[in-house]
Amino acid sequence: MATTFYGIQATATLPRWFSPLALIGSLALTTAMFVVSGFTDESGNLNLLAIAVLGFALYMIMTYLISRGVEGRRKATDRMVTGWVSAAFALAVVPLVSLAWTVFEKGINRLDAEFFTSSMRNVVGEGGGALHAIIGTVELTTIATLISVPLGIMTAIYLVEYGRGRLAKAVTFFVDVMTGIPSIVAGLFAFSLFLILLGPASAINGMAGAVSLAVLMTPVVVRSAEEMLKIVPNELREASYALGVPKWLTVVKVVLPTALAGIATGVIIAIARVIGETAPLLLAAGFTTSMNYNPLSEKMMTLPVFVYTSYAIQGTDAASYVDRAWAGALTLMLIVMLLNLGARIISKLFSPKG
Amino acid sequence: MRKITQIAALAGVSALVLSGCAANEAAVEETTSAATETSTAVVLEGTLDGSGASSMASGQEAWVAGFQELNPGVTVNYNPTGSGTGRDQFEEGLTFFTGSDSSFKDEELATPHPNCSPADGDVFEFPIWISPIAVMFNLEGIDTLNMSPDTVAGIFTGKITKWNDAAIAADNAGVALPDLAITAVHRSDESGTTGNFTDWLSKAAPNTWVLNGENAGDLEAWPAEFGGEGGNATSGVIAAIAAGNGTIGYADASRVGDFGTVAIGVGSEFVAYSSEAAAKIVDVSPIKEGRPATTLAYDLDRDTTESGVYPVVLISYLQGCMDYADDAKAELVKAYASYMLSAEGQEWASQNAGNAPISEDLRQKALAIIDQVK
Amino acid sequence: MTTLGGQVKPKVRLGDLVFSRAASVAGIGILITLAAVAVFLFIQALPALNPEADFSGKAENPISYVTPYVFGTLYGSIIALAIATPLAIGIALYISHYANRRFSQILGYIMDLLAAIPSVVYGLWGIMVLAPFLNPTYLWLNENLGWIPLFAGQVSATGRTMLTVGIVLAIMVLPIMAALIREVFLQTPRLHEEAALALGATRWEMIKMAVLPFGRPGIISSMMLGLGRALGETMAVALVLSPASIINFALLTSQNSNTIAANIALHFPESGGDYRSLLIASGLMLFLITMLINMLARYIISRRAEFSGAN
Repeated sequence: MATTFYGIQATATLPRWFSPLALIGSLALTTAMFVVSGFTDESGNLNLLAIAVLGFALYMIMTYLISRGVEGRRKATDRMVTGWVSAAFALAVVPLVSLAWTVFEKGINRLDAEFFTSSMRNVVGEGGGALHAIIGTVELTTIATLISVPLGIMTAIYLVEYGRGRLAKAVTFFVDVMTGIPSIVAGLFAFSLFLILLGPASAINGMAGAVSLAVLMTPVVVRSAEEMLKIVPNELREASYALGVPKWLTVVKVVLPTALAGIATGVIIAIARVIGETAPLLLAAGFTTSMNYNPLSEKMMTLPVFVYTSYAIQGTDAASYVDRAWAGALTLMLIVMLLNLGARIISKLFSPKG
Repeated sequence: MRKITQIAALAGVSALVLSGCAANEAAVEETTSAATETSTAVVLEGTLDGSGASSMASGQEAWVAGFQELNPGVTVNYNPTGSGTGRDQFEEGLTFFTGSDSSFKDEELATPHPNCSPADGDVFEFPIWISPIAVMFNLEGIDTLNMSPDTVAGIFTGKITKWNDAAIAADNAGVALPDLAITAVHRSDESGTTGNFTDWLSKAAPNTWVLNGENAGDLEAWPAEFGGEGGNATSGVIAAIAAGNGTIGYADASRVGDFGTVAIGVGSEFVAYSSEAAAKIVDVSPIKEGRPATTLAYDLDRDTTESGVYPVVLISYLQGCMDYADDAKAELVKAYASYMLSAEGQEWASQNAGNAPISEDLRQKALAIIDQVK
Repeated sequence: MTTLGGQVKPKVRLGDLVFSRAASVAGIGILITLAAVAVFLFIQALPALNPEADFSGKAENPISYVTPYVFGTLYGSIIALAIATPLAIGIALYISHYANRRFSQILGYIMDLLAAIPSVVYGLWGIMVLAPFLNPTYLWLNENLGWIPLFAGQVSATGRTMLTVGIVLAIMVLPIMAALIREVFLQTPRLHEEAALALGATRWEMIKMAVLPFGRPGIISSMMLGLGRALGETMAVALVLSPASIINFALLTSQNSNTIAANIALHFPESGGDYRSLLIASGLMLFLITMLINMLARYIISRRAEFSGAN
């Protein structure tokens, strides 16, 4: 790997097998040290974390010293950094893999037909499903998308094509601010808004949830659409103007289609980001056990809230509630996966040819 | 092109699945005829909204399911918002019944309720949910321990910090107690479970349950001064107890699982939790006086010395109007409350939610009240 | 229609007018939305700011109530960022400059996926897998490094501590931060990189000379994004942390300062009246904090951008 990179060769180099061998050697040595010294916990197990940390440290010191002797200081530093970068990567990947595996392993238990064809109405203990939550998530996310995509794309068009002066600066600035709105604040906002509009009796409904999601989604859409519009070459616009095409038609017929694949990808990524939001929906859309197709009245269940309430409000037969929670989490992850896949396919199909 | 066809097919299938009604909800209609045996002659229809204690959410879940199966035309929504909010919502006229971990306060009885007729008319309340709160611990090799109320109070206020403390050892001769730190787990959210648990401590261990030199009283939210570890909702407490060695906590007894449990010192004996022992507390406690006859509010006798009574219980009331402005709602409340109070309803809930069925005597008294609702 | 001697005015087309207006309205819409968030929260928070507000014994006054949570929010997020930033840079470098192309594409896909895992799932994983796993290490830290105030105190038996929350938050923000930094690193002008290598630089020297200076604004904006997400993170903290309303720097005890967001989630469903307003006021506080941090970050970026040789 290292030697193929730009084909740079130094005068004196350590052989390629050096690094892996040194790593294995250090880990083996550390393990041996632990075993010999009898340094174990109460139940006699070796502390793998400690072995990994010490073994890696040993490897780094050894590599640095040897490399410094053979290849010189600069190469040795380079090896150190390579070690650190790879370690950072491994350190980050381990928990993420553990997480993904946990969700998959525990979620697969209840990922059956019933889970996708039933709600939780009249279900006590085992059985039941998340159809009501899936419908709710699909509806709310769709509404949020319908609100935030036009708003987001038009704002991006404004920023890239029209915006000059202080207003444009303010919009850019506040889009950034909006990106940082904590999701629970968006939920509180939607709740407060509908509390004032509809009164306490019907403040919590699907629409309020969708509004809170839209607040979170819009800045993400603006940001990605803005990036995509910016990379449309100016030559295209100028060519269009030169042909006498009005500016708005240029934007609609030339700029947008060129950026479409990127924008669509950005939108789908934005959907994937908000689809797992729990806190705002818990406050604004509430939760229920029954189907509700109407986002304008009554509480609406969504998948992330389903996961949370299944875990937080367990019945006597706790295991079946927890199983449902994990199955909901896995479903959510599968939906996100499909969305990401969709984004990729769209960007492949629609990206400008040639 | 093949890719696109595949995607289209996938989308079609998922649309088919998603557009359909939930299988279990459609099935309700079909089972109607089978259930007519027990359902009332009048076919009930409509939606009934209630809210309140989250402690009996699992019981309400079971009752709602059972009731809706008997009456497919009815939808009951019980929103576990917490007792205080539940009573507030009833007062604002948002709901038609309340589940509450505490009885109406006197000023609440005097406040008009918009859904009642007349608005300042009588309300009903009676215990519908009695559930033992188990003090459970995670200690390898030990299944049960005896503790006096003062010992429990000492642990949860942070005064007793080791499992081999003399106070614990004194009541547990012959048990090998480890030299291990105690981590006391409490609820980090407000809850009726905490309210009832602390109410018991304040009455049964008034000299140890002390905060800033005074009896700490009953608290819905755990004070930071006592320290200990917090868990969100019952499941959070259970998870915290399970995660550590040497943890102790309190939660609804239906969630004991494999944990060890504490037998509580009552008088000269130690009583382990059980539904029967928990239900007994209502029988030994006096009804609050000077209130309407339709309210059965108990002054729980937590420091009782009566044999076989388990005093650490959570008791929740069902509350509503004696006369509703909307007759249709009155019908629904009456039918739903009667179902909860019926022998089957009580049996069904204790099967599914693990609470203690209320005593036959209390059941009859409550039914007599519900019969007058109109 | 002939204007003699006048300027040639470009023809204003109706389509242009409508379209540009629509675009401006959308832009202004963003401003309105943001203002609405602040205004509606403020309206709902107002009752709590009244000196006669009744919090039914749950709080003395708004300031003393919210202070520990502000501390907890900042503390947890700073820990998370301290852990996540070096790791995110490491991952981004690994993907952009160390791994081969195919592998890095797969990694990028995994990162996108992980960024979208709902926080509640991170919470479940944190309490069921991570906390028990870390607890022995905490005991060890306390025994051997207990003289450092951060590791002092009675170690929680469950591992549900501030440090665990910091780690969970770090893991949560990692994918987003790494993805953003990776994007920026990939945009490093190829010529700069090749020039550095042509001068005989090692890979690390090339990265130090070409990639990092170019990516610095990207790193800072990713930190800002990560911080924003960590500050507002609700469910994972609510599930993992063992909370208390105190200010505590110790990382390993049961008594941890709760965060604003988690505190709202824990108490909002069972709140009413002035206490609910108080919670909304604390939400407003959180909103202002994130806004301040965003502004600060933008200020830093704009200052740095002038000095970096990139662009």
